[in-house]
Amino acid sequence: MAADIHEDQVLGKAYDARLMRRLLAYIRPYRGSAYLAILCLLAGSAFSVVQPYLTKVAIDRYIRENNMHGLSQVAVLYALTLVLVFGLSFGQTWLINLMGQKIMRDLRMELFRHLQVMDVAFFDKNPVGRLMTRVTTDVDALNELFTSGVISVFEDLFMLSGIIISLFLLNYKLALAIFAILPFLVLATLMFKIRVRDSYRNVRTAIARINAFLQENITGAAVVQLFGREQKQYQRFALINKDHLDANLQSIFYYAIFYPILEVISASAIALIVWYGGLQVLAGALTLGTLVAFIQYSDRFFRPISDISEKYTILQSAMAASERIFKLLDTKPAIVSPEAPRAAEVKNGSIEFRNVHFHYNPGEPVLRDISFRVAPGEKVAVVGATGAGKSTIIALLNRFYDVQQGEILVDGVNIKDFELQGLRRSIGIVLQDVFLFSGSVSENIRLGNPDIDDARVQHAAETVHAARFIGKLDQQFASKVGERGSSLSVGQKQLLAFARALAFDPRILVLDEATSSIDTETELLIRDALEKLLAGRTSIIIAHRLSTVQNADRIIVLHRGRIRETGTHQELLHLRGIYWKLYQLQYKDQPDSVPQFAHAPAAQSSIVNRQS
Amino acid sequence: MTDKKYPLLFLLPYLGRYRLKIALGSLMVVLTVIASMFSPWVLKYVVDGLKQDISRDKLPNYAALILGISVVEGFFRFWMRRILIGVSRLVEYDLRNDFLAHVQKMSLSFLQSRSTGDIMSRATNDLNAVRSVLGPGIMYSMNTIALVIISTTILLNLNWQLTLMAYVPLALVSLTVKKLGNQIHDRFESIQEQFSNLSTKAQENISGIRVVKAFAREQSEMDEFGRLNTEYIRRNISLILLWGIFYPLMTALIGMSSVALLWYGGRQVIQGRLTLGEFVAFMGYLAMLTWPTIAVGWVINIFQRGAASMGRILEVMHARPEIRDEEGAAAPEPVQGALEIRGLTFQYPNATGPALRGVSLSAPAGTTLAIVGHTGSGKSTLVNLIPRLFDPPPGTVFVDGKDIRQWPVSELRRNIGHVPQETFLFSDTIRENISFGSRSGMTDTEVEQAAQASQIAEDIETFSNKMQTYVGERGITLSGGQKQRVAISRAVATLPKILIFDDSLSNVDTYTEEKILEQLTRIMRDRTTILVSHRISTVRNAHQIVVLKDGAIVERGTHDSLMELQGAYADLYRKQLLEEELATT
Repeated sequence: MAADIHEDQVLGKAYDARLMRRLLAYIRPYRGSAYLAILCLLAGSAFSVVQPYLTKVAIDRYIRENNMHGLSQVAVLYALTLVLVFGLSFGQTWLINLMGQKIMRDLRMELFRHLQVMDVAFFDKNPVGRLMTRVTTDVDALNELFTSGVISVFEDLFMLSGIIISLFLLNYKLALAIFAILPFLVLATLMFKIRVRDSYRNVRTAIARINAFLQENITGAAVVQLFGREQKQYQRFALINKDHLDANLQSIFYYAIFYPILEVISASAIALIVWYGGLQVLAGALTLGTLVAFIQYSDRFFRPISDISEKYTILQSAMAASERIFKLLDTKPAIVSPEAPRAAEVKNGSIEFRNVHFHYNPGEPVLRDISFRVAPGEKVAVVGATGAGKSTIIALLNRFYDVQQGEILVDGVNIKDFELQGLRRSIGIVLQDVFLFSGSVSENIRLGNPDIDDARVQHAAETVHAARFIGKLDQQFASKVGERGSSLSVGQKQLLAFARALAFDPRILVLDEATSSIDTETELLIRDALEKLLAGRTSIIIAHRLSTVQNADRIIVLHRGRIRETGTHQELLHLRGIYWKLYQLQYKDQPDSVPQFAHAPAAQSSIVNRQS
Repeated sequence: MTDKKYPLLFLLPYLGRYRLKIALGSLMVVLTVIASMFSPWVLKYVVDGLKQDISRDKLPNYAALILGISVVEGFFRFWMRRILIGVSRLVEYDLRNDFLAHVQKMSLSFLQSRSTGDIMSRATNDLNAVRSVLGPGIMYSMNTIALVIISTTILLNLNWQLTLMAYVPLALVSLTVKKLGNQIHDRFESIQEQFSNLSTKAQENISGIRVVKAFAREQSEMDEFGRLNTEYIRRNISLILLWGIFYPLMTALIGMSSVALLWYGGRQVIQGRLTLGEFVAFMGYLAMLTWPTIAVGWVINIFQRGAASMGRILEVMHARPEIRDEEGAAAPEPVQGALEIRGLTFQYPNATGPALRGVSLSAPAGTTLAIVGHTGSGKSTLVNLIPRLFDPPPGTVFVDGKDIRQWPVSELRRNIGHVPQETFLFSDTIRENISFGSRSGMTDTEVEQAAQASQIAEDIETFSNKMQTYVGERGITLSGGQKQRVAISRAVATLPKILIFDDSLSNVDTYTEEKILEQLTRIMRDRTTILVSHRISTVRNAHQIVVLKDGAIVERGTHDSLMELQGAYADLYRKQLLEEELATT
């Protein structure tokens, strides 16, 4: 985790031509808006640069000449420029932001689409939080680049050039005198930036430590209290907090000193105008109006310069964000649909694992030389201790991962030659941990499949006995299930997952039964639902229930990644091997089976009793 | 109730501590404003002087004056910022310390009822919003008030008609900021809401990607995300519309006061009622007022947000700690460590049924009591009540014959060494973690002995920094078993009278377990020990074993007597033998 945080915080170059070219490609569809916005910007800057000049004209030509009529005209002209600037900058803001939003939408969509095709192993490696950051925060950092970053740098540059041109046109000598001050300004700003960046970094580090400390002490509150450490932890916190305070006071100091220095620099520009400009006025080389205009221009001159340096940080973080986004987009999925699939969907539903070897991490084999067949319509239960590799079989059949050795055949076709989506659509999956999306009950059964109409949803729910509890919800099928199905019990979620699987009507069903204990009534419902669900389908079940193992056509016992025993319940019990032990541990204590199996447990317990 | 209505009032005592600084800072605000008033005035003399052909020798003096004024003003401004913004950081510091101190006092049920993230965000984001009130909020308000009062007085004296004309657009600016500001705030909230919908969708999709793939639902997921995405930008566009109007409008309105000045002021100059210099000075004063008028609306927002955040902080800081010392609480001297429980029935707040039902037992000082049972049978609840992580009903749990609710909490806990079920170590050195419970610090030998007791000492020897090795994010990642052993050392290090091991050897292999138990017998000899475990090997030598089922004791006795009983305990024993066999198959 520490490494990830690091990766997300690294700030690299502020400009990277390769990244920039790729980013510009996203603007291309909206280049019309972009050009128009720049046009607005140009015109807007021009009109606002004219304003001090109008003041000059008013003073020199009309006020000093006592021309009331002309004065009114200039005032009207001035007002007109205000209206024009208003309109133009509105247009520019609107166009740019609109474009920015559309680009963000495109980028977000592209990222999301890309995530949908990535393979499961990719999601194993990348924590949800990191991927979320790409789709949300990083995209937003780019938004800032497009909207306030690039464009306002243009704006500042236009403004600056406009002012410089005006100053030179008005009086080049005075203009040159003012520019003599510029180096001081640049120097002061640079020095400030460096200092502030350092102290900002200290503040960030301190705040990260404060957060880490708080997090740790809130989650570990019980330990702190048990060991009576409140006072000591408080003292340590105060120290970290003090670091934060000091870093902030440091940065306050820099800000406090920087602003007055800026003012002194800008005051020296005005002092220069007064002195040198004043002399020229006295010599008749400069009008009073020009002098006033100069003072106004110099006020406007300093703003864009300190603005531009602000933009540096935006550029920097945007470049870092785009680097990460592109890296994600460039990651190719390891598992894709074959170009010329030999089969598009499962027909009869036979399954064969042929000498399958599989590992998640090299050197740690999970499945070793697994071979078995499941005939169409057959029910096979897989049992084994935790970590035996049971769930991996499901993941492999669904092609979440590709096997390293051997092959998996469905309908006699290697699953790698299947159309990927078709294969998965033909295999229904019910996982132990039922994942519900925040939406309504029917949405969770239908999962966005338009072929499943309300009647089919209703029918599926009724068949697996889910309709009863759904009927009791305040809005029946339209009831929201809450985030991750928080409003439903474990048993209810299980039934809902059955309904989902049934509604999709797959040829093959793979099922990881829930282990958690549920009340007897629901237990009976689930058993019955399961039977209906399995009817007429090829199925592989990771069995946690006695009824399921007894009911299976065949049981495969998986131990440390190998198949160790195969047979029916009775056959395996007689072996007195691994299955027998597992049976004693996992299944024996379960409540008696439903009536039709009543004879079976009785027979077994007599065996057990005889042995012990 | 004042904290509901005026939460910011709660800050007064905090500010009171720094009243001298605040007074000085306020003085600086006034001085800064006064100093800034001089520059436009100098310009007036320059312009009027130039019109009447003043002597050229005077010009350098004026220039120096302008520079000098800005230096003086800058000096005051420096101190204004430094003092006032500094005070806001000082109060933030105090407040954050107090916040932690209070959270530490809160009972587990309080902390468990809200997420860590929720409490964290109050200590960070909300505190930040409050800090903004104290710093920029107060400073800019004072600055604006002083500036408006002083400059208005000057301007009114100069020419009241012109002042009124120029002020009309400025008043409009403040109103617009307030009005549009609220609307922008509302739309911003609605964007945030949609953003969180969008994030939730992405989060859900990524977490549930296996289900999405298993049911081949990629396309419909994309459609759904696309729909949310489009709605998100639609809401953004409605904000952009306002945003696009906001700043340009601001600039235009402020510009209007320049127009008013130009037109009306110009006329007055022509009519000889205003000198050209005064006209220019007027321009200067107006420019100064621009930023503060925009700031008014902004400052109001800061105050509104700060008040809401302060309210959230107070929700935590004004919550009363549930577990605290009762009046006249005192610990017996010396502490022996005898535990007795009489008819204890306990129910968690908001739970539907009791977690413990009528539990009675007695563990004389120096004996070992073992508690076994399935997950959820109430074992952890029982042992968590002893150090009062939750308060048992009065008159049910006694240590040395005294109701633990009559004990001072800190004294009670000091005499109990607890190894919780979920090991929680702090990201600090191993030494710090082991000596965590010691009030006065521990010698190296003491730490070493504690490390020996849990068999972690050998492991520590292999770490490059030995005892000084960091645990967790910044250092070495310990295995589950190693963590448990450090936690055991931490509990025994203070040599408490009562030791509680809540399933604390589950991640340690049986061989190491045996060695730990052997070491511990020496330490346990004169201490009351409570062992919670699934494993028979851990508990078989205990003086007394109780079996819990659904919160009630169903069997009790020694290992031998319970085996003879052929009940739940014997069944558990058989299963464990099988498990061991399976593990070696």
